[in-house]
Amino acid sequence: MSVITIHRKVLDKNDEIARHNREVFRRHGALVLNVVSSPGAGKTSILERTIECLGGFLRIGVIEGDVQTDFDAQRVARYRVPVVQIITNGGCHLEARLVQDAMANLDLGRMDLLIIENVGNLVCPANYDLGEDMKVVVISTTEGEDKPLKYPGMFRNASILIINKIDLLPYLQFDIAALRRHALQINPALRVFETSCTTNAGIPEWCAWLKEQRLSVS
Amino acid sequence: MHELSIAQSITEIVHQYVPDGRRVQWVKVGVGELSGIVPDSLEFCFSVIVADTPLEGARLIIDQIPIQARCRQCDSDLRIESALFACSACGSADLQMLSGTELKVVEIELNEKGSVDA
Repeated sequence: MSVITIHRKVLDKNDEIARHNREVFRRHGALVLNVVSSPGAGKTSILERTIECLGGFLRIGVIEGDVQTDFDAQRVARYRVPVVQIITNGGCHLEARLVQDAMANLDLGRMDLLIIENVGNLVCPANYDLGEDMKVVVISTTEGEDKPLKYPGMFRNASILIINKIDLLPYLQFDIAALRRHALQINPALRVFETSCTTNAGIPEWCAWLKEQRLSVS
Repeated sequence: MHELSIAQSITEIVHQYVPDGRRVQWVKVGVGELSGIVPDSLEFCFSVIVADTPLEGARLIIDQIPIQARCRQCDSDLRIESALFACSACGSADLQMLSGTELKVVEIELNEKGSVDA
């Protein structure tokens, strides 16, 4: 028998690059968000509303992760913020190395807030630390209230929950209290915001909180 | 479906421990129930990715690690089996996770020397 004990984390290489990314972000004093959701929950719309609301106060940069196309980067670029598109070519999540490569194309010294929009997927991105300060999970009211229970890994790892598309509530049988209950059951420390990118409801509250967080980083 | 990139990371780690000319019998990994990994899918991806490497034919042994937590309110140790993260003794959701998120390469076994072509 020639058994070799290894006991290493499978993703230790990713974690090491993520640690390095985090050091670079700290050094530049940038607050970094990793925004995750299932496809179509409204990540890009939340980014747009956030830039509209905070663009006059904070210098914002964006890293867009998509399986294909740079459509999201084009949307965000209209707001005149620096944006780098990562196309994963089929990959279902961003990894720290991809973010590290993207960082080379951003002037972090001129950035207060960096928002990384992950690939739409509630499973795979949960395992990959990118070096962010916090994960923001977005869920829309057209999804099920039981989603936190179905994807506990992601909801455990997130610090923020944004419940988006609340303007649609009158037309849906969506129990927002049940969603909150399920989410907090998985992760009692989650901070919850309710937003609509159509009416802008909840966006000022979310942005005010974000601004406060940025001030505590610097 | 990120089992393929997880399988890739596993083989990258294992390769560092395999001396020239030796082959690998099996690889044991620890996979937490909360890690988001589907064991069947990981096995399949592993078997595909090891073709034409010293790991070809190696068996992947997956040790599933249960979700365990300690209640911060009443100090009970719990085994979490459902998606409801709550203390079975006092009902609190204020839990400290003890295990279940792991994703690690535990150990490997090499073929005996000289049995390269066995």
